Amino acid sequence: MAAEAPGIALPDAEEALEALAARMRAGVAHGAAFVGIYSGGAWIAERLATLVPGDHAVGYIDVSFYRDDYASKGLKAGARRSDLPFDVAGATIVLIDDVLYTGRSTRAAINELFDYGRPAAIELAVLVDRGGRELPIEPGYVGARVACARDLSIVLSRGEDGRLSLGVERAGEP
Amino acid sequence: MMGKRNPQLDADGKLVHLLTLEGLPAETIVSILDTAAPFASIGEREVKKVPLMRGKAVFNLFFESSTRTRTTFEIAAKRLSADVINLNIGASSTSKGESLLDTIDNLVAMNADMFVVRHGQSGAAHLIASHLQATGKPHVHVVNAGDGRHGHPTQGLLDLYTIRHYKRDFRALSVAIVGDVLHSRVARSLIHGLTTLGTPDVRVIGPKTLLPARVEGMGVSVHHDMREGIAGCDVVVMLRLQNERMKGALLPSSGEFFKHYGLTADKLARAKPDAIVMHPGPMNRGVEIDSPVADGERSVILPQVTFGIAVRMAVMSMIAGA
Repeated sequence: MAAEAPGIALPDAEEALEALAARMRAGVAHGAAFVGIYSGGAWIAERLATLVPGDHAVGYIDVSFYRDDYASKGLKAGARRSDLPFDVAGATIVLIDDVLYTGRSTRAAINELFDYGRPAAIELAVLVDRGGRELPIEPGYVGARVACARDLSIVLSRGEDGRLSLGVERAGEP
Repeated sequence: MMGKRNPQLDADGKLVHLLTLEGLPAETIVSILDTAAPFASIGEREVKKVPLMRGKAVFNLFFESSTRTRTTFEIAAKRLSADVINLNIGASSTSKGESLLDTIDNLVAMNADMFVVRHGQSGAAHLIASHLQATGKPHVHVVNAGDGRHGHPTQGLLDLYTIRHYKRDFRALSVAIVGDVLHSRVARSLIHGLTTLGTPDVRVIGPKTLLPARVEGMGVSVHHDMREGIAGCDVVVMLRLQNERMKGALLPSSGEFFKHYGLTADKLARAKPDAIVMHPGPMNRGVEIDSPVADGERSVILPQVTFGIAVRMAVMSMIAGA
């Protein structure tokens, strides 16, 4: 079921997750750690750890302290504690996010990971790639690609039953 | 002072200075405590730094001596990647208002972004904040690191953080604050914070000579008998006996004080079995607290120090980004 939104056709989040998992099964190392970027990426990382065979430690990262818009927007309320329950030094890490847009969150997450240690490799997996990059960042694994107007945000939600769904908001809304 | 609106908040209600916990809305206090929690884990990492305040200049202005507070502010600023300049200015080198503000103007001319101020005069941090406003420098921020007997808001916040860490819900707690409340800016800040967050039972315990007049007006109950006052409480906050601030004969002797108001295992047994023991430091062992209690399993005095860094990181990063 695709959510209705002005001018854009959103994929079904569960189908996109299946497609993402299928691509990762073909490429991700057996012992790669999955690190989800809060909050959407964290939900996806948990699900992928059960969908992608292998021994995948799951970690969470909150990029609030590494964002590049601190000087203009200040510190976002509701920052959470990053939790990486494995040794980052030497680890192969798949960084996982819900929606890839400018690439700025990915940049912040990579910088934060290096403050825990020097990983062997970092890959990027995203549920939805909406284009519009402002940094030279490309994902290795993508669930679905969507074209989306600049003034809209694509937002991932998780229902009480754990099912994921995508919606749109006007940019700047909560 | 600075007009009708709370000088610590901007027009959007964002925290721009931290001057006092008095009048600070509960949601602002909770937001600082929430923000401190993820900062607490930074100190456990390989690289104990985040880049938030990279390139900012933080001036530690200490007109009164302090080792712990100045050090923890310095560590907090450095873990936020700020540049820290420590100025220990003896109280004798500055007489009053005008020379203090001259110092500020000079440091602003050096492109200071934040002042962390400790001063023996109540209201010093307020004075600096209003001066910055009046001279068109509202982007320079002020943190009060202790002003006279008035307040020590980051200590109050770290005490609140510690209590919440171990006891969770303020609305179900009995907190006893024991000793030299009269000279204690720590006690004043903590009482304001506790009552703002809805703590139903806050008690102050001490001899009449060391409790401020009309302290009941702050929403606390008053006890002169420690064994009675401490009974059934969840948190015991011991205050340092501030000999250096004592003028006149407020006390017979420190030995006499210990007998009545020193926290011993025997007195602590009157509190709840899982009560925690706090102290802002530096401790006078054998005066307000007995060594076996200070080093005992219910003491959270050293975690307070660690939490203090996270709380100061939260305060500085919130106001510098406002």
